[in-house]
Amino acid sequence: MSAVIAEKEPVTALETVDVRKTYHVGRGIFSGGRALHAVNGVSLRVQEGSVLGLVGESGCGKTTLAKMLLGLETPTSGEIRVLGEAVGSFDRKRMARRVQPIFQDPYSSLNPRKSISSIISLPLRVHGLGDRAEVARRVAEIMELVGLPRRMAECYPSQLSGGQRQRVAVARALIMKPEVVICDEPTSALDVSVQAQILNLLQDLRTELGLTYIVISHNLAVVEHIATEVAVMYLGRIVERADTRTLFRDPKHPYTKALLASVLTPEPGLGVPDTRLGLAFPNPVDPPSGCTFHPRCAEVLEKCPREAPQMRVVDRTEVECHLYN
Amino acid sequence: MSILTVENLSVDIPLAGGVLHPVRDISFSVEAGKTLAIVGESGCGKSLTSLAIMELLPTAATRSATRLDFAGQSLLSLSERRMSDIRGDRMSMIFQDPMTSLNPAYPIGDQLEESLLRHRKVTRREARDRAVYLLEKVGITAAESRLGQYPHQLSGGLRQRVMIAMGLMCGPELIIADEPTTALDVTIQAQILLLLADLQKEFGMALILITHDLGVVARVADRVAVMYAGQIVETGTAEQVFREPTHPYTRGLLECIPIPGKTAPGSPLGSIPGIVPSLIGELHGCSFRDRCELAHEACAVPEIIPMRELDARRGYRCVLDPRSMAGEIAEAGLQ
Repeated sequence: MSAVIAEKEPVTALETVDVRKTYHVGRGIFSGGRALHAVNGVSLRVQEGSVLGLVGESGCGKTTLAKMLLGLETPTSGEIRVLGEAVGSFDRKRMARRVQPIFQDPYSSLNPRKSISSIISLPLRVHGLGDRAEVARRVAEIMELVGLPRRMAECYPSQLSGGQRQRVAVARALIMKPEVVICDEPTSALDVSVQAQILNLLQDLRTELGLTYIVISHNLAVVEHIATEVAVMYLGRIVERADTRTLFRDPKHPYTKALLASVLTPEPGLGVPDTRLGLAFPNPVDPPSGCTFHPRCAEVLEKCPREAPQMRVVDRTEVECHLYN
Repeated sequence: MSILTVENLSVDIPLAGGVLHPVRDISFSVEAGKTLAIVGESGCGKSLTSLAIMELLPTAATRSATRLDFAGQSLLSLSERRMSDIRGDRMSMIFQDPMTSLNPAYPIGDQLEESLLRHRKVTRREARDRAVYLLEKVGITAAESRLGQYPHQLSGGLRQRVMIAMGLMCGPELIIADEPTTALDVTIQAQILLLLADLQKEFGMALILITHDLGVVARVADRVAVMYAGQIVETGTAEQVFREPTHPYTRGLLECIPIPGKTAPGSPLGSIPGIVPSLIGELHGCSFRDRCELAHEACAVPEIIPMRELDARRGYRCVLDPRSMAGEIAEAGLQ
């Protein structure tokens, strides 16, 4: 796999083309329900071996997007391609071999009544891969890879610490040797010292196995640390996308600026920044007109409420904002 | 003037396997209008400390202290009846998880009004007005119409703000906030912290902020107490603790977090190996010695390592001299 990376032409591991997901939120049994555009036209391209950080406030559609990438939700329109193949043509199992999730909370994502070895080997058994000896061998192998002592194989999740549980979740995701791993808030339920261990583990595994990650997180310090490129989501749309360095050095969209300003780094004396965002995240059923960010924007222009901005490339950043037209 | 003074506070919980000591001999004080942050990882005893002050410990747990003074009055010998007059009125708490600490069966309006109706001679109308005023203060739009809503109808951020408003209903002198912003988005977190700071200035409240988020601590705390395994291992002003951490645990914690602009992206982060020791039964020596790269024989003495003072208001619990520690760290790094 590393040979592929070394080639000039980068391989696109994952691609979405104008993906949309619309839910109908009912107000009663007789009304038709109102449309909620959870994901509203997202086009992304993730190169093999890279890490895409997906940031945004809760309710912006990042988890819905992740579910579609995992094949757990079908897009209303648009297309998702994994290594060039459209996902629509896959069945669920085939998708699961290529894209695997790591969830946020290792306390609720592991079955408390199954032993660790049984949790980790479940994907193999579902896909009918290998006999018992083979399964046992692969479980032992992956446990060693993620740094779980072998004696834990017959333990239950309740006997493990938070960090160990998250290692189990990582092991379960990697046992199928997927190409893409979707990490939805992989460390936000963990203590800082454990968070560091898991981040280091994810980094090591990526270089070792040539994995591609999509890391969804509201912790921008984590995203800056682990991601190679970042996409900022607001109300179902990607409003800015750039490589990590550019985005953190020179944010373009006023929303990105506000997000970055609200990161509290451990530097005493700086106080709490005033992002001037206003508290209200708009109701996604009834989004604001024009640019959906305009009611909270500090740099709002006259045309923002009237007209939705188009995606532009400014320097090396893709940004959707009238300021750059 | 200190509003709350705690000396040698301990909490013991008898379990089948022996007595658990989740909080061990904690001493601190909070001044009116100031913020003390108690920082530590899960299981270090920070939440139980706050419950012990409020006298909301589980029934099996026992509390002991040599001193527990709130606004010049000792809380140690207070009857439950007198304590419940103080709780929610002069001293209130913002709990960590708004999903489980709000009652799902009552509208939030009723829950907000409850503490004011309990402590003050006010009419329903006045209580309702106060609730609306505070909901607007914490940034909830259309507050009036929200009063009839149930907790499940609100988002996590809104519920957390309801919790904060609830803590402020009686205008308390001391607020204990247990991870008040952990479940929130960064943008909302910044605003809630800003709001708490404003309210603190406006009402002159003292705030005990319990959190594991070092970023939050650095930005809002006046004083910091770092807890590990039920003990305070380091205290000082935020400036002191973050600029010159003394205890190896504090140093370790600070190395664990990536800081945009300072930590090189993708570089391995520092981590603290091992896990928190069991706090059941007799404990001795330094609790951090199994995970500390500077540990030596003196750390395993039969006594508990005492808190030492660096200067009048700066303490640490380590056998090493902070001045020589830098040299030892360099040495340990080389090995």
